[in-house]
Amino acid sequence: MTPPGGGAVELDSLVKRYGAVTAVDGLSLSAARGAVTALLGPNGAGKTTTIEICEGFRRADSGTVRVLGLDPAADGRALKPRVGVMPQSGGVPATARAGEFLDLVASFHAAPLDPRALLERLGLSGHARTPFRRMSGGQQQRLSLAVAVVGRPELVFLDEPTTGLDPQARRSTWELIGELRAAGVSVVLTTHNMEEAEHLSDRVVIVDHGKVVAEGAPEELTGAERQLRFRARPGLGLEELLSALPAGCAAKESPAGHYLIEADVRPELLATVTAWCASHGVMTEDLRIERRTLEDVFLELTGRELRP
Amino acid sequence: MTTPYEAAPPKAAPLDFTPAPAAVPLPGMVLAQTRYELRTMLRNGEQLLLTLIIPVVLLVLFGATSLLDLGAGSRVGFLTPGILALAVMSTAFTGQAIGTGFERRYGVLKRLGATPLPRAGLIAAKTLTVVAVEALQAAVICAVALALGWEPHGDPFSVVVLLLLGTAAFSGFGLLMAGTLRAEATLAAANLVYVLLLAVGGVVFPLDEFPAPVRDALELLPISALAEGLRDVLRDGAALPAGPVLVLAVWAVAGLALAARFFRWE
Repeated sequence: MTPPGGGAVELDSLVKRYGAVTAVDGLSLSAARGAVTALLGPNGAGKTTTIEICEGFRRADSGTVRVLGLDPAADGRALKPRVGVMPQSGGVPATARAGEFLDLVASFHAAPLDPRALLERLGLSGHARTPFRRMSGGQQQRLSLAVAVVGRPELVFLDEPTTGLDPQARRSTWELIGELRAAGVSVVLTTHNMEEAEHLSDRVVIVDHGKVVAEGAPEELTGAERQLRFRARPGLGLEELLSALPAGCAAKESPAGHYLIEADVRPELLATVTAWCASHGVMTEDLRIERRTLEDVFLELTGRELRP
Repeated sequence: MTTPYEAAPPKAAPLDFTPAPAAVPLPGMVLAQTRYELRTMLRNGEQLLLTLIIPVVLLVLFGATSLLDLGAGSRVGFLTPGILALAVMSTAFTGQAIGTGFERRYGVLKRLGATPLPRAGLIAAKTLTVVAVEALQAAVICAVALALGWEPHGDPFSVVVLLLLGTAAFSGFGLLMAGTLRAEATLAAANLVYVLLLAVGGVVFPLDEFPAPVRDALELLPISALAEGLRDVLRDGAALPAGPVLVLAVWAVAGLALAARFFRWE
């Protein structure tokens, strides 16, 4: 077996170039065993390339890759039975029937899950005989997930497992990922969905321009920092309000009538703000104190502007 | 009719995701993949048209009528070896190129590459599938030919050698095309090659009809070598014919080497 202590995935200074484009640029990360690790990042950040290097589909130009302690480029034969892969899309023959293809992949494994039970679990039992091309996008996604886990792998790579799913199917996929984790399976997934990353993962790795820009448990990333929001009539004198607050606070109005105060929100601060409003005859609505969301952190790190 | 899936109980047993990874031995995987490929291929209508219906229709049409001038001698004796060669080309080349081309395009080859089935195992399964379909084609074609009064000669060993060499040559080029061109280009090109070689490869139209220099060139095509080689054995009772065997061997080595060198899995 693999040496104890090593993570499910260990990447060190990974670099992958496509011509002039550097897709992965010195990326290092560690995904713990038995945990869910989410790779979060904008389109083109290098998430899929990173995952595909781990899956053995691509070779890194430099850096080291260890998956369950092995090198996916050199030890593919040993690794493949132990690793489940759900690609971003496709991968199932258009004319294949869902049940048939799942049975096929199950038959490569010595102790697979019961394909029928798995289809049932993913709400696909009515589609066992449906050709892949006639299934909806969400059904195709779920079949693809089934194919990834049917061999009872130690580690699964899920590339955007819930993209295009309706809310029910997304919940059901989340539950299944939770069950995988509870059974001791290591999960590495990519997503754009902040709620998914926050809700599912033990560790979030934010990737941009081929590098890790932040990582940690979701609570660590969102941190203790809090912010105060309220609505009031537009055009309040924020300069004056700020002068009443401790140094280091920031205040802004965006859009008109919506105020945000970024500060170490303590009881005294709340009292100061409401007292200031009272003294100016301002009625506040929807006053709330919130923690930064993962989305706030993500946008701070990766920028708000649209990518070309 | 109820299927095993429809008969499943409404509530499935809880799933135990506890890791238990292990692959079955390679022959088991190859057999499973072969069964799967055969099932999907035999269900595919276009594939059946290509592999069975067209060869049988040509055999019956030109064997039982005098639409075509096939020279002296038994019509079916001339046609059957050509139709057998056509069957090999349709399965090993045209069908395999198109099927594999679309598997590559839809990421199926990549996805199978993530399973415990090794690439060599996948190629082995594809080859077994091709050989099994060819055996089925040969059985049907021979049965129809016998019903039309065919009297085959020659030794079965030479026939098998020629068929296997032809299969290797056509598979090599089919996979080369599937692994290098876009799927749509493969679809168009594989069909075009099929029709062209059917027309000029001595399958149903005798090569003797062409002027001598053209005929000499056409005889170097794999389809002509296979058709003429089979004709030498099955009609004329020759032993293993050296010329066609050499031509097919050269095509086989070239095709398989090029496919091994240039095939791209995605």
